[in-house]
Amino acid sequence: MIIIFGLPIVQLLLFGKVINNDLQNSKIAILDQSHDNTTREITTKLLSSGYFVLEEELRPGTDMEGVFRKGKVKMVIDFEQNFEQNLERLGKAHVQLLADASDPNTARILTNYASGIINDYVNKEKLQNLTLPHQINTEVRMLYNEGLKSVYMFVPGIMAMILMLISAMMTSISISREKEMGTMEVLLASPLKPIQIVLGKVTPYLLLSFINAVTIILIGTLIFGVPIKGSIAFLVAESFLFILMALSLGILISTIAPNQMVAMFVSVLALMLPTILLSGFMFPIENMPMPLQILSNIMPPRWFIVIIKNIMLKGTGMLYVWKETLILIVMTFVFIGLSVKNFKIRLE
Amino acid sequence: MEKVITVKNLVKKFGSFVANDHLNFDVYQGEIFGFLGANGAGKTTAMKILCGLSSPTSGEVKVGGFDIYTETEKVKRNIGYMSQKFSLYEDLTVAENIRFFSGIYGISPAERRQKQDKLLKDLGLERSKDALIGSLPLGWKQKLAFSVAIFHDPKIVFLDEPTGGVDPITRRKFWDLIYEAADRGITVFVTTHYMDEAEYCNRVSIMNTGKIEALDTPENLKKQYGAKNMDEVFLKIARNVE
Amino acid sequence: MKTILYVIQKEFIQVKRNKTMLRMIVMIPLLQMLVLVFAATYDLKNVNIYLIDKDLSSTSRQLASKLDASPFFTINNTSFNPEDGEKELLKNKDHIALVIPQGFERDLIREDKASLQLLVNAIDGQAAQLAYSYANSVIRDFNKNIIAEWKGLPEFNPPYKIETTSRFWYNSELEYKWYMAPGVLAILVTLIGLFLSGMSLVKEKELGTIEQLNVTPIKKIQFLTGKLVPFIVIALFDLSFGLLIARLVFNLPIVGNLGLVFGFGALYLLGILGLGLFISTVADTQQQVMFVTYFFMMIFILMGGIFTPVDSMPHWAQLFDECNPVYHFMKIMRMVVLKGSGFGDLIHEFVALCIIGATFLALALWRYKKTA
Repeated sequence: MIIIFGLPIVQLLLFGKVINNDLQNSKIAILDQSHDNTTREITTKLLSSGYFVLEEELRPGTDMEGVFRKGKVKMVIDFEQNFEQNLERLGKAHVQLLADASDPNTARILTNYASGIINDYVNKEKLQNLTLPHQINTEVRMLYNEGLKSVYMFVPGIMAMILMLISAMMTSISISREKEMGTMEVLLASPLKPIQIVLGKVTPYLLLSFINAVTIILIGTLIFGVPIKGSIAFLVAESFLFILMALSLGILISTIAPNQMVAMFVSVLALMLPTILLSGFMFPIENMPMPLQILSNIMPPRWFIVIIKNIMLKGTGMLYVWKETLILIVMTFVFIGLSVKNFKIRLE
Repeated sequence: MEKVITVKNLVKKFGSFVANDHLNFDVYQGEIFGFLGANGAGKTTAMKILCGLSSPTSGEVKVGGFDIYTETEKVKRNIGYMSQKFSLYEDLTVAENIRFFSGIYGISPAERRQKQDKLLKDLGLERSKDALIGSLPLGWKQKLAFSVAIFHDPKIVFLDEPTGGVDPITRRKFWDLIYEAADRGITVFVTTHYMDEAEYCNRVSIMNTGKIEALDTPENLKKQYGAKNMDEVFLKIARNVE
Repeated sequence: MKTILYVIQKEFIQVKRNKTMLRMIVMIPLLQMLVLVFAATYDLKNVNIYLIDKDLSSTSRQLASKLDASPFFTINNTSFNPEDGEKELLKNKDHIALVIPQGFERDLIREDKASLQLLVNAIDGQAAQLAYSYANSVIRDFNKNIIAEWKGLPEFNPPYKIETTSRFWYNSELEYKWYMAPGVLAILVTLIGLFLSGMSLVKEKELGTIEQLNVTPIKKIQFLTGKLVPFIVIALFDLSFGLLIARLVFNLPIVGNLGLVFGFGALYLLGILGLGLFISTVADTQQQVMFVTYFFMMIFILMGGIFTPVDSMPHWAQLFDECNPVYHFMKIMRMVVLKGSGFGDLIHEFVALCIIGATFLALALWRYKKTA
């Protein structure tokens, strides 16, 4: 029980506070073969940018491979000899950025940052903001998430994930547990109608899921300041729809799975991995290879996440999400239909 | 006769609930000792303490001459146990189960093979040697579980409601096995709530709400309570307590 | 010692009989390597642009075709009304709307500067930033070109210039899959190890066989060792299977010593299996194990730096990572496989894994009681 309520909270806090794609405090090493005013100024600029932390100063002739192999230093900045002299006299000096590209993203971003800072230095200090001809000035507006906060992305994703986990996975496991233990037969033999049994099993999870959904939204808005721009009633209704869909999926899995082990296995493979990976929650779908993109279309959370994002962050109404809503409704009916069919076959 | 189990003032509490309230009894070498009582009377709790699965709250308990607190591992070498929940591995074959459990008791492979052949012959299960336990009928499983529990020739074997859920004929056959074991000198400590089985025991104790209410041979008990059979004895005791 | 062998034999037979388990052992590495590695990419490849060109000059058209020609961008739609752009972003069809205002070309020529507007859908902050920086660099390039063209200079040369050259070691093509593959392998080994060990004890509990074992004279350490060994073997088998897939499918270069990879793998697994057994001793049902395992996996993996860099985490999280086995193992995998780091470079991780492993095993041993 603690886990069921603790999980979403811990997860949200983790994503909100820890999971951060912005690079800060990356450890670098500097090989300054010139040691003049300019290289020192550039070094200070780099280190005061907040992106870099100086891990060590290298001497000429240091084994760079060794430095990288230790794994701490992500980039080495190598100023050539007579750097200042070259810059003043020849108008041109050279600095080399050696990046540990075993992490390609970090390598790319770090070299971009570093060269940006160095160029900036030249423009400001050496060219004194010399006006250049024909400048195109790009104004940018980051819509819906001006602070570029990653929590905005994660709140809808975590909601989808937790609701899937509780509704679909727990239902399927608990029903197949009853099957395994033989208690299901007792229930089936009782005068209760199948629909009553299923409702009885499902209601607690429905409630749990709902409480969790509310908790997540509350934490998201109160602690991380994620806005709810759209209608709250609409948001609740859509969450409810998604929970229903997940529950019917859970029931479907339990009608297929012969025991807990298989139910778990199917849940993890068919629900958790795709929810995390293929729903666009952590990784943008557009960048995936074609087969995975096609696969992502049959993942219910994908559509739910779009809906939630639209309602919470963009404040749109039904007009913009009717397609996604319809897909979820159709999925719910398909799952219910299939489980009823499976159920009947088993009884005959 | 040699005492193989001595229990003095055994108390087991779960919080404020007293499951075993000052139990006192001895069990002698080679006897079949029935441990009777209604569900929840504290039979299983007491048995688990004797097997070293659970520690008593207070009291003195010796099993096979060893102290249950300090010499638990020695106790375990000298006992066999068959629980209510059927407990051979369903996904292993008959032979594999025997190999595994005899391995744990350190029985050599040669000795194991010899004993295994005899066991399977006696049970008439030669052809099922490589069948998965899960595929066998319940009666067979119980017989096998019992045979495996005494495979290492323990001094005492504990049986916790061993015949639950099978028909009277199968139960009767199971008791034949118990008698055979007792003939070999193995002390049998058995809990049951079938009163007809109580008649098969040398001595029985009857527990009610954590206390032992009566302890004697079935004959004496019937005489004492003026009853025709153990069923009546049991009912009378239960009524007296209420 | 013999007793342990009997336990090991029994565990192997049980795994062999369990079709679901067998399928898992083969399917999980396959799926993880193929799906996770492909799916987990932050590479931005295809950004849709909604173009609102109110200038309709030759310069604005040149800029548009320049953007469209870049591999990252596709101009999806065009319009003259800036409001359409926002609407389009609301519908999620496009990531960026580019507004070229009226008089763009004129301003650029007469006043030496002109403005463009980029509207970015920033719900995914990181992707937004990347898309913006790509767009910006295309525009800057375009700017340089027109300056050169209009001024008639081959290239406009400022009086001072610092040339920066970047060299990318170990992965000069910046192949993201090579980075992900060792990390995913670490997840794989963790998942298999935790799951198998977590389930195994609790299953015996649910079936009641654990009681039968508890009345035997088997020692705790014998029993737990017997349980550990088969799972280490299985997990290491999966590790080699995963490495093979990575080698064949992604051409992953394996620079370092494979012996080192497997040695550390075994050490790491001791800790993970210890944790799994510990969870198993605490839990009563498979369902509980499942949830607790999931909980630990999530924290360990998310904080372990497989998807996001540990350096950018808050300080307390970095401290926590010292006790996070996944963090250390993932680091070892990447360092050895991609960079060829040797044992000398990994002493810190070695010590950390030893301590973590010993702690978890001790916990499992302490918590697993033969008496209730």
